[in-house]
Amino acid sequence: MTHLLTMARLLLCNLEHIISLPGLYMSVKQTLVVIGNGMVGQHFLSSLVESTIKEHYEIITFCEEPRAAYDRVHLSAFFTGTTAAELSLVEDGFFDRHGITLHLGDKAASIDRATKTVTSAKGLTIAYDKLVLATGSYPFVPPVPGHDRAQCLVYRTIEDLEAIAAAAKTGKIGTVVGGGLLGLEAAKALMDLGLETHVVEFAPRLMAVQLDDAGGAMLRRKIENLGVIVHTGKNTSIITDGESCINKMCFADGEELETDIVLFSAGIRPRDDIARACGLEVGQRGGIVIDNQCRTSDENIYAIGECALWNGMIYGLVAPGYTMARTVVADLAGNDASFTGADMSTKLKLMGVDVASIGDAHAKTQGAMVYTYQNGASEIYKRLVVSQDKKQLLGAVLVGEASGYSTLLQYCLNGIELPENPDALILPHRSDESVGLGPDALPASAQICSCYDVTKGAICSAIEGGCMTMSALKAETKAATGCGGCSALLKSVLDSELAKQGFEVNTDICEHFAYTRQDLHNLIRVEQIKTFSDLLHKHGKGHGCEICKPTVGNILASQWNEHILEKDHLGLQDTNDTFLANMQKDGTYSVVPRITGGEISPDMLIALGQVGKKYNLYTKITGGQRVDLFGARVDQLPHIWKELIDAGFESGHAYGKSLRTVKSCVGSTWCRYGVDDSVGLAIELENRYKGLRSPHKIKFAVSGCTRECAEAQGKDVGVIATENGWNLYVCGNGGMKPRHADLFATGLDKETLIKYIDRFLSFYVRTADRLQRTSVWMENMEGGLDYLKSVVLEDKLGLCDQLEQQMQYVIDTYQCEWKNAIADEAKLKRFRHFINSDRPDDNVIFVEERGQIRPADENERKHFKLVEVA
Amino acid sequence: MAQWIDVCSVDDLQPDSGVCALVEGAQVAIFWMPETEAKVYAVGNYDPFGNANVLSRGLIGDIGGQPVVASPLYKQHYNLQTGVCLEDESVKIPVYAIRIDNGSVQVDLSSLPQDREPAL
Ligand SMILES: Cc1cc2nc3c(=O)[nH]c(=O)nc-3n(C[C@H](O)[C@H](O)[C@H](O)COP(=O)(O)OP(=O)(O)OC[C@H]3O[C@@H](n4cnc5c(N)ncnc54)[C@H](O)[C@@H]3O)c2cc1C
Ligand code: SF4
Ligand code: SF4
Repeated sequence: MTHLLTMARLLLCNLEHIISLPGLYMSVKQTLVVIGNGMVGQHFLSSLVESTIKEHYEIITFCEEPRAAYDRVHLSAFFTGTTAAELSLVEDGFFDRHGITLHLGDKAASIDRATKTVTSAKGLTIAYDKLVLATGSYPFVPPVPGHDRAQCLVYRTIEDLEAIAAAAKTGKIGTVVGGGLLGLEAAKALMDLGLETHVVEFAPRLMAVQLDDAGGAMLRRKIENLGVIVHTGKNTSIITDGESCINKMCFADGEELETDIVLFSAGIRPRDDIARACGLEVGQRGGIVIDNQCRTSDENIYAIGECALWNGMIYGLVAPGYTMARTVVADLAGNDASFTGADMSTKLKLMGVDVASIGDAHAKTQGAMVYTYQNGASEIYKRLVVSQDKKQLLGAVLVGEASGYSTLLQYCLNGIELPENPDALILPHRSDESVGLGPDALPASAQICSCYDVTKGAICSAIEGGCMTMSALKAETKAATGCGGCSALLKSVLDSELAKQGFEVNTDICEHFAYTRQDLHNLIRVEQIKTFSDLLHKHGKGHGCEICKPTVGNILASQWNEHILEKDHLGLQDTNDTFLANMQKDGTYSVVPRITGGEISPDMLIALGQVGKKYNLYTKITGGQRVDLFGARVDQLPHIWKELIDAGFESGHAYGKSLRTVKSCVGSTWCRYGVDDSVGLAIELENRYKGLRSPHKIKFAVSGCTRECAEAQGKDVGVIATENGWNLYVCGNGGMKPRHADLFATGLDKETLIKYIDRFLSFYVRTADRLQRTSVWMENMEGGLDYLKSVVLEDKLGLCDQLEQQMQYVIDTYQCEWKNAIADEAKLKRFRHFINSDRPDDNVIFVEERGQIRPADENERKHFKLVEVA
Repeated sequence: MAQWIDVCSVDDLQPDSGVCALVEGAQVAIFWMPETEAKVYAVGNYDPFGNANVLSRGLIGDIGGQPVVASPLYKQHYNLQTGVCLEDESVKIPVYAIRIDNGSVQVDLSSLPQDREPAL
């Protein structure tokens, strides 16, 4: 007893001493300080906390910016509505959960290697055992006189973007200095902000690092077609007061350019000042020198990301930085790992133009041979660089069309032997011959996802472990969750592995048609097929089923818009469509008349109430701002509708795969905050698209201002009024898997808005799978939102005229299905429970609850039957 | 012994679709597939999963060569010749003998369940 007490006291007063007592073990944590919480710093932290060694460290990080790490790669999305919160790379509660101390908005000012301490700008001094520098880089601003004038800006942080947006409000002209990757991305942002946009490049061509002359010229032509004015071979000598604009740039050749904004994007420089000041070795042209374990010249200090100089190279891409981060975690854990350089191949979309560069694009390798394909009409340029023996791919350049990127990259990285005629890889495919490299040709070591370093082998074992879908695979391996560039390749690996495991990857709609819904749509449209039986005879087999019949019925309706109860179509419809009402659990139906935009007069409400009362229907307000009347028997439907139509109602198509409602807030007519007439627009849109049959139901909403009371961002098509015009959002979804809609286009006038929605809906109707909502449709689309934008906004497929015409046809041929049906004896014939008797179905039994009817439950039913018999 | 009675006329049927007839108190779902050999099928109208009289309003077609109706409520399939549910073979709905005779649709009374409720 006494002994124990003494022990306790000892423990309290002399911890260090006790720790060394034999038999008593207590680990003392070392302190690990990370300077910089950018993309790479954060990747380091999240890799570290997943590893077991995190237990050994007290982790502290300094973050100079006012917010923790965010996705700089997708920074430009900030201009199209993505918020800072959405760009964040840090999960909620990450720092707390893992006990990491984050010093936000505090910059590490100096390092004292002798005392092993870091002192911050706010005056904090912290002792470290291990130190990781992840300070990134800063935009290089050429020291021309006037570079620090008003509206001379850079493009690196969210604050930079806020400054650009503010400057664009008053300016008319913007000029980007630098025609590299980032410069062109910045130019796109200026264009989107509505500025006349110039790009000034010192080199004789755009993207001088990645492209050769011919590729650069092709890119230039494409970008000029988009409205950007490109000046190459220009050396800025001074920036001074402008006459028509805030600034004037004067060039060495005597020319001048008036511009409001000057946006420097002339390359990056590593942030090595703090390392330099404490005597760490830095490169001649900057960069903290590191070895293969990412150690600096001080063995307790690492450097990773864009501040690090490895083998004389600074990597200005995120993937190599991530690899460095993981290398340090492994090194701390005592595992073998080394950073041995990274591939700098890139593929991206610049202003809708695909550009890719792989490996030795400039054919600098001894004996390299070059193949070039140039198509002036389609503005495509491709170049292959191969080894002297034509067996190995050394590099490639693709402009205008980069679908072959993954294949080429795999050839290059894995040293796969080239086909006999390597040029087949860049020549357009004339027939069905496939020259792509199937996933089977890749070795298990092939890296599929470079952001998270996921190999084909890792993916295959995840698939064997039960990941059968893209989303499961992404969650398990993280592949395709970084830049997303590898998702097509990932999908093909998944498909091929599943096929090998005997899972047939069958996209046939059912056993009667060996086609997808999109194929069927094309057949029907191109061959002008008007009936199911015609389609079945020409392209199918058997008699059809409940999958293909409604699908074809739906396509026929969206293409030719004949009444769905015509003789040829009746047998194709689901019961809801057959009876133009929604079947409920007891076999009765519910009736939903259209209430456009949710606007209804008291008289109409009274009329609706009278019908409900007369037929004793259960009445409920729907989520789409209309009224649902339940409990109607089949034989009552025509009578109910006759009265509704006489009162001025029309079908609400609640039963169809079609436009449901356009929800609206009250908007500027009444609301104090309203910017525009949301109700008026909602009514116009609903009247325009009502009756359109589509792969699944479609919901719209219109809000009168950004307070968004109509919840437009949860709809397939959402419209929000702003001071500058209507903002269009698409592919949102409530329901089982909610999805926030994506901002699609901004500041639209009504005409343009409607044109875009016409195209969007027509394209959806044509290409979606059956029962695929717009959200899933877009997510499964190769190229996703960007591709959809290129089709709808830029008419990449040259389809927009057709899409608009098709929509106009559907609008012109609209009819109220109920009005037509009640005037047609033949169609009404089925609206009775028995074909040979006027009796109703005696199995339909209601009881009363809260003053209205509802179907009797099983117990009540037994009771009822007993009572009746007795 | 077969006991054929007239239920309705062929004109009352819907091609490739169903109607329901009241035959001696039983609800009979009648499907007409003019392009098949049998041409017309009759099964009970009651959906044992949904507990409602709705099968005549289901879509018909064939699955693996068997003629079927899919319940409009929860989409189970029933073989129109045997009444067996494809998703759960322990469930079977009644099937009735039916024919078209001279433009008239006839059901064989002797194929109706014997314990049926008396005609209403
Ligand atoms: C617009 C844009 C688009 C891009 N697109 C791509 C792309 O498509 N693909 C790609 O691979 N890469 C792209 N990049 C590059 C990519 O963002 C960088 O490679 C990546 O961010 C590097 O990460 P990092 O952590 O090294 O640097 P950063 O992300 O810059 O993080 C460094 C952080 O450290 C902070 N810091 C610096 N010094 C201190 C200090 N003393 N104390 C405390 N904090 C400090 C900085 O404020 C910063 O927050 C793009 C970059 C930009 C700007
Ligand atoms: S979205 Fe705006 S305009 Fe509409 S009700 Fe809300 S605050 Fe008013
Ligand atoms: S949420 Fe479920 S219960 Fe409610 S209406 Fe939809 S399907 Fe029916």
